[in-house]
Amino acid sequence: MKRILILGAGTAGTMAANKLHKKLGGTWDITIVDQDEIHYYQPGFLFIPFGSYRPEDVIRTKREFVPKGVNYVSGNIATLDPESNKVTLADGTELGYEYLIIATGTHPTPSETPGLDGPEYGKTVHDFYTFEGSVALRDALAKFESGRLVVNLIEMPIKCPVAPLEFALLAESHFTKLGTRDNIEIVYVTPLDAAFTQPVAAKHLGSMLGDRMIVLEPDFYLERIDAENKKLVSYDEREIDYDLLVTVPINMGADFVHEAGLGDEMRHVNVDHHNFLSKDHDNIFAIGDAANLPTSKAGSVAHFAMDVFVPNFVNHVKGLPMEEEFDGHSNCYIETGYNKAMLIDFNYETQPLPGKYPVPGFGPFSLLKESEINHWGKLAFKWMYWNMLLAGRDIPVPSHMMMAGKDRSAA
Amino acid sequence: MPVTTIADREIHVDDDGFLTEFEEWDEDLARTLATNIGIPDLTDDHWKVITFLRSDFQQQGETATLRRVSTIGGIPTKSLFQLFPKKPARKMSYVAGLQKPKGCI
Repeated sequence: MKRILILGAGTAGTMAANKLHKKLGGTWDITIVDQDEIHYYQPGFLFIPFGSYRPEDVIRTKREFVPKGVNYVSGNIATLDPESNKVTLADGTELGYEYLIIATGTHPTPSETPGLDGPEYGKTVHDFYTFEGSVALRDALAKFESGRLVVNLIEMPIKCPVAPLEFALLAESHFTKLGTRDNIEIVYVTPLDAAFTQPVAAKHLGSMLGDRMIVLEPDFYLERIDAENKKLVSYDEREIDYDLLVTVPINMGADFVHEAGLGDEMRHVNVDHHNFLSKDHDNIFAIGDAANLPTSKAGSVAHFAMDVFVPNFVNHVKGLPMEEEFDGHSNCYIETGYNKAMLIDFNYETQPLPGKYPVPGFGPFSLLKESEINHWGKLAFKWMYWNMLLAGRDIPVPSHMMMAGKDRSAA
Repeated sequence: MPVTTIADREIHVDDDGFLTEFEEWDEDLARTLATNIGIPDLTDDHWKVITFLRSDFQQQGETATLRRVSTIGGIPTKSLFQLFPKKPARKMSYVAGLQKPKGCI
């Protein structure tokens, strides 16, 4: 039987396993490999530091979402040899394939930034992009009653690009509720020239930071962290002091991607942006955060992309043309604190604009505007993720972005 | 698309003044563009960056980021900040006659 090998049983890999099993199970042998047995609900990491999610809320096992009939292999991926269609695991196990799907994501890599990965990590220097990081940060925030909190994004691209802004806004709301806000200065330090990348959203989000008295420090390209003296130092020698630092380490793809020569400078797989096929090999695809698509690295993107990827993949293995084209559709809730959230919806061509979603003119969600319903939408998403999305069940929103319901005049 | 006149030539630019037509650029124009943003002399080190950016753009179809210029082009980020102070990503692409790197999303 011909073999499909999926590397990574996270959001994208698990969805692909479920959908491909339905389409090709029985005629193809499908194997999925992962080094970790735990499936984390990563959007939940943002809420753990503030105590609104408990650590156990974000943990399930990877195996429970992989369908019977798909082989689950537990192991570290050591090397990929694309010329001989072979993956070797750290324990020496060799896995051959006819078609390979890389879904190994992107990961915070503190070792890329001098001074970050030292003795202060987990004490005065934190991240919230890992389970351990968000739990350690919860404990640090509980003790933090005065001083300067610096929220920093080191370099784009990162997964969930709105998360650092959400963290700053949630922290502001959190300290206000606790009555400590007046004693805490919050500074948002970013290499971008504004609060966010996309102009209309950046304007909305930037004015929100101003309203909340969060200081924006743009164009700050971090060279190193002087953890001993609690300073951020930029490439052009600017310095920013902190008492508590919450940073987003540089995100990079897997080492084996780089060593196999498939990656860009961030080790994300070079793929066709519309069909996810590797630019170097006709039997290798990359999906989810592992691919170098010029759109957000986010579960919503992996989900929308799946509706394009699966029919294309099925055609491709049969020798038929790939007919679907991905538009880069992304959709993110932005938690803004005080039990409210915003929602943004965009693609490769169209930046986030104000309007209503998913039903034009009605909603119930508001685009680029704070509302309580948006906040409940974000919270409800956890249930959808565990119960529908991973299993590859259809969620009643269109996978391509729609202009209906959006206010073009705002652009 | 706006048209502007730089060094007695008509040049197509975007709203922020970045060239939109790859072929309308040449080395003389680069010197004028550099002067516009406060870089009076383009040194060999500047040219190394500009040459890399233009050849990489031809292969990739998009402007290299600072990280790409350092890891693939071999020019350390620290030097880029010295050569094109304050906003190197914007300044180097402006002088090289390319669009500014897409704000990675």
